[in-house]
Amino acid sequence: MLLDALLLQLGYNATLVAIGAALLGTAAGITGTFLFLRKRALVSDAVSHATLPGVCIAFLLMAALGGDGRNLAGLLLGSAVSAGAGLWCMNWLTRNTRLAEDAAIGAVLSVFFGFGVVLLTVIQTLGIGRQAGLEGFLLGSTAGMLYSDALVIALGGAATLFLVLLTRRPMTLVAFDPEYSAARGLPVSKIDMLMMGLVMAVTVVGLKIVGLILIVALLIIPPVTARFWTERSEHVVLLAGLFGGLAAYSGAAVSASAPNLPTGPIIVLMSFVFFALSLFFAPNRGVLAAFLRHMRFQRRVHLRQGLLALAQGQAIYEALTLRLLRRAGLVRADGVATERGRARAAKALRDERRWEVVRSDMAHEATAALYDGLRDIETVLTQDQIAEIDRRIGGPQEVPA
Amino acid sequence: MSGEEFVPLSLTPLLIGVFAAVACALPGNFLLLRRQALIGDAISHVVLPGIVVAFLISGAISAGPMMLGAAGAAVVAVVLIEAIRRLGRIEPGAAMGVVFTTMFAGGVLLLEQTDTSTVHLDVEHALYGNLESLIWLDAIGWSSLLDAEALSNLPVELPRMALTLVGVCLFIAVFWRALKISTFDEGFARTMGIRTNALGLGLVITAAVAAVAAFDAVGSIIVIAMFICPPAAARMMTNRLEAQIGWSVGFAVIAAVVGYVLAGYGPLWLGQQDAVSAAGMIATISGLILALAAVFGPCRSRAGAPAGV
Repeated sequence: MLLDALLLQLGYNATLVAIGAALLGTAAGITGTFLFLRKRALVSDAVSHATLPGVCIAFLLMAALGGDGRNLAGLLLGSAVSAGAGLWCMNWLTRNTRLAEDAAIGAVLSVFFGFGVVLLTVIQTLGIGRQAGLEGFLLGSTAGMLYSDALVIALGGAATLFLVLLTRRPMTLVAFDPEYSAARGLPVSKIDMLMMGLVMAVTVVGLKIVGLILIVALLIIPPVTARFWTERSEHVVLLAGLFGGLAAYSGAAVSASAPNLPTGPIIVLMSFVFFALSLFFAPNRGVLAAFLRHMRFQRRVHLRQGLLALAQGQAIYEALTLRLLRRAGLVRADGVATERGRARAAKALRDERRWEVVRSDMAHEATAALYDGLRDIETVLTQDQIAEIDRRIGGPQEVPA
Repeated sequence: MSGEEFVPLSLTPLLIGVFAAVACALPGNFLLLRRQALIGDAISHVVLPGIVVAFLISGAISAGPMMLGAAGAAVVAVVLIEAIRRLGRIEPGAAMGVVFTTMFAGGVLLLEQTDTSTVHLDVEHALYGNLESLIWLDAIGWSSLLDAEALSNLPVELPRMALTLVGVCLFIAVFWRALKISTFDEGFARTMGIRTNALGLGLVITAAVAAVAAFDAVGSIIVIAMFICPPAAARMMTNRLEAQIGWSVGFAVIAAVVGYVLAGYGPLWLGQQDAVSAAGMIATISGLILALAAVFGPCRSRAGAPAGV
């Protein structure tokens, strides 16, 4: 069943939803990356909640004019207008008052959403027929998706992607260093507005599938996931699009494969699965990689300290140090150094003496700053320099057995 | 309007609304100044899975387990946000976004998966609350306020909300000095021996308790709106923390009362039959208050900000 869904074999509606969701997820992931790099991820929360009054007003207007209140394009237009108004309010609050951005986000989010709920109850009490479905915009509803709806979503997603493609360079620059961009003459506030406009477009397009409360997840989670895998912004953008598209596609497929699996929440949970996997298993930035790195570091410190102790004839009591030395064949089971162990210990002690010289000599100041008790001296000094130091500290000495 | 009608139908929802608004606005002042204003938003999203899980375990809609579940979910969320922020080295806003959307999605999924058709538990209820339905059936008029038997049948939300409000007030009163210092200058507070981390956590927990109690009675919209709008509006009115808290309480009460009255009677005045959502209206009014304060408030601009920036 699930395989059928993944291969688009579950009928017309499921196929439509899966393709629409994949497009939406890709567009959201790519757009959200710039927001995330700009450290304004939660702005999308305000934008998405601010769409609700627009949807209701558009419905009321269309119904009052005698049309079908549920026309998707009309509702999306209304939601875009009110999301724009919310965005404007938020920007105005942060620019012209002492409120910080988070307070402005929260204020816009709660007030617009509250007003939207008032309008929703108005629509319910007015008793205009066929208002069922407006609540679907809260959490998304894909059950009755039409071909025209899918077309609106696909066109919106494609337009967003095209705009991102055109403006990716200035947006990346502003995301990383707004002051520098301003100094180079880029219109920072306009680029910010464009970024928000794209977020708004994705939000509006995504209302039908994931709903306004959860669309935020599609804008935030894939970029955060992608960030684990790479340090280059263009790769983050591509990976975020990939993760977003994959999560949305597989989420839509899973939700189509069984009853009572709402599309929006499943897509969000899918993205979280990708996120959790990346958090733990990504190279470099992942938790597992960090843990391994720490273990490696710990082993090196223990080995080094053990060798120094051997060289100075001190007894070793630390269990881990002993175990590491034994495993490397540097000491015997009774704790006495082997031939190789004595050689390595002598070398370690000698390196330590060399470092001492380096650190006490102002001529080597820059090199001395690299001392951390682990670095091999050969990696920072030339053979000639080491030979010069050796002349000062004399030849190799007998190691006490 | 006569007492026979007002006391049973409107007095208790009004009081609950006012208590909830004030209980959220008080810690909101500190959260706003500490730039943690969105904590309220996050908490109100994550309590949904907590409540659903509590319902699944206890099998009934009862206040005790649900409050526990909601509080548990809030704690889980705080821990998760902190863990993701530290382990993944992600900025706090994005970490928060990851956690609360995921937990909310989990809650919605759980709700859809379980059969809650027999009980009043759905997403809409969680969002809008049911302030209007918290009526006091045993009351017959103002005299009921002195009638012990009628008083014993008050909606349980009222004493619970009042108790929460008292708790929040106590927390702020007891830790007033420490809170004030650590909010404005955390480094200085630490040199004075104030345990700022514990205090910050205490503040978040207090906010969570207020949010969960209010959420149970009035839905999450009021919670988010009241955490932010009255303190933000109060911030535009004054530069003194004491005065700001006073203003915020005033704004919260005005928003709750005016919002409730407009939602209940506004449509009637306009010739409509039915009332609109009180929770939504209260949030809207608080937004209007904030807008007025942002345009006319005496201390609205950032101190030291250059003109026109």
